[in-house]
Amino acid sequence: MSGLVTILRRDLALASRRGSEASLALMFFVLGTVLFPLGIGPDPNMLARAGAGLLWVMALLASLLSIEKLFQADWEDGSLDLLVLSGLPLAGIVLAKTAAHWLVTSLPMAVASPLLALLLNVDAKGVAALSLALLLGTPTLSLIGAVGAALTVGARRGGVLLTLLVLPLYIPVLIFGAGAAESAVAAQGARAHLLVLAAFLLAALPLCPWAAGAALRQSVE
Amino acid sequence: MFEGRDLACLRGERLVFGGVDFALSAGDALLVTGANGSGKSSLLRVMAGLLRPVTGTLHWRGQAVAEDREGFAAELRYVGHLDAIKPVLTVAENLAFWARLAGQGPDAVARGLEALGIGHLAGLPARVLSAGQRRRLGLARLIAAPAPLWLLDEPTVALDTASVAAVEAAIAEHRASGGIAVVSTNAPVSLPEARRLVMDEAEPVETVADGW
Amino acid sequence: MHRFANPNRFLRLAAAIVPWSAAAAVLLFGVGLTYALVLSPPDYQQSETVRIMYVHVPAAWMAMGAYAFLALASAVAIVWRHPLADLAAKACAPIGAGFTAIALVTGALWGQPTWGTWWVWDARLTSVLILLFLYLGYMALWNAFDDQSRGARAAGILALVGVVNLPIIKFSVDWWNTLHQPASITRIGTPAIHPAMLTPLLLMAAAYVAFFVTLLLLRTRAEIAARRVRTLQIAHSRGPAAAAMHEPGYS
Repeated sequence: MSGLVTILRRDLALASRRGSEASLALMFFVLGTVLFPLGIGPDPNMLARAGAGLLWVMALLASLLSIEKLFQADWEDGSLDLLVLSGLPLAGIVLAKTAAHWLVTSLPMAVASPLLALLLNVDAKGVAALSLALLLGTPTLSLIGAVGAALTVGARRGGVLLTLLVLPLYIPVLIFGAGAAESAVAAQGARAHLLVLAAFLLAALPLCPWAAGAALRQSVE
Repeated sequence: MFEGRDLACLRGERLVFGGVDFALSAGDALLVTGANGSGKSSLLRVMAGLLRPVTGTLHWRGQAVAEDREGFAAELRYVGHLDAIKPVLTVAENLAFWARLAGQGPDAVARGLEALGIGHLAGLPARVLSAGQRRRLGLARLIAAPAPLWLLDEPTVALDTASVAAVEAAIAEHRASGGIAVVSTNAPVSLPEARRLVMDEAEPVETVADGW
Repeated sequence: MHRFANPNRFLRLAAAIVPWSAAAAVLLFGVGLTYALVLSPPDYQQSETVRIMYVHVPAAWMAMGAYAFLALASAVAIVWRHPLADLAAKACAPIGAGFTAIALVTGALWGQPTWGTWWVWDARLTSVLILLFLYLGYMALWNAFDDQSRGARAAGILALVGVVNLPIIKFSVDWWNTLHQPASITRIGTPAIHPAMLTPLLLMAAAYVAFFVTLLLLRTRAEIAARRVRTLQIAHSRGPAAAAMHEPGYS
């Protein structure tokens, strides 16, 4: 357990010293969201209707952009070999690294989302549900992305391939995540959606690290 | 203590080596030599358990490695071609990570750095290191996180004579306290009374890939 | 299971089966299409356009059946490491992708006159679209690595992950549809099957199955041949040798 915490802390230290990755994902999220009104027109009603879905898609894409590098650096400099040989369970290593990724990229997005929701004129009732949904849903996105990243580490055109593999798997999370905000706005209550998102997370927590660990073991061969 | 029987290794569809046997006891060293591409690195990766051999068995302390990979991995230190160094962390931080994963404290880090002669670089960011210094940082793991089996793939590449001597001394001390060292190299490394394994080109593919 | 399980038994079996399955496919397609396009009755609601159903529905069934086969073969390959299972899965993927594409295109052609639009985001259609992406991703993974065996392993893992995810997607999109389209199109289903339509449908399904079996055996044979060529090329470029063990002496 302490080994996993060590890995988590090192990944956080690496991210904070490099700086660029964390802020890139957040910048993409913010700038991309800002582009939409410019593209589809400023009509407040239309923005309000589309706002939650837009924010979710942007958060999803931002998470996808950054997860690609989850194992790449370690694979390139030989750290992955040593992590596999460390005697720690591979699933645990994946979990630690994914947690670091989520803390650095997705948590800031969830925190920034209320502000952006205001920009998109999302109804106040929906904003809380939206942020909560992002908090519950983005860890699942990171976990699924970790499986894709583990499958494609060292592949040619890895980034494109990762996108192709992972986007279909993101769909259920997107549907229920965006649905949470819309249900809240429609005064139907977001509870059902949030519970389903929580269920996805609980299912992903054991399954994704295990699948990613199997893929990583293949990648060092 | 460490035995391999009839090991063969496949990379994709290429048979890298076949029919490799060895048996090592405490205090032994194995020197693996051979032409480039003869499979020295692959053999060390098979020994470390990173690469699964297509045939053959590996035994550590009498138990098959395949039955307890994680237990076996905790008892070995593998130093490959890459050094696993993060440029943005300091030299000491790089080593401390691996030491901590092996359950060692900060004094182990200082010991490792001193043994390889890079103690004075401890606080510097790793990106300023030269190639030889990086190699020594990678090798410092052997001292900072001790383990009975050392698998070293071309450890003396880019090292000056003083550093090569430091490495040889470390290996000798390791063997004296009962450890085993497997060293693959084409450079001259002094390993007194070491067994020798010469990797040549592999056996003909037909005998192993029957029908394909 | 040994990494190099001999493929010759499979090749003999395949050589015996292929002529029969090919003949069956031709025969069944001939009879089935005649029934479907000429002899069966036009639907009372959709008149002649319902005939697309005889091409579309079995294609959709085969798309999912082929994926089930692919996932099963991948599971066998991962658990028992049998190289034939790997190659069978690889051979199956383009065939399954083809069926999926046929299902999507014929579905759109059928949907246009029936519903008024080329595409509808209902659970079934969306799942089939995602299925197509899964097939494409699977095929892409095989070729994405320099070491093909790694591509094989990664693709196998993807196939298994997809099996879990496809029902989840269908369920999610169903839910999403009830949210967004409460009254207008609640259930987009195939029309109730009249017995006179069932016979040609089953004939076409059998034809598709025979076609799939034929193509699968042919493609697996081709994959085995390709692997043999690669092995021979490598053997040609390297000579015989062995590793030797010496007693202490070097210093």
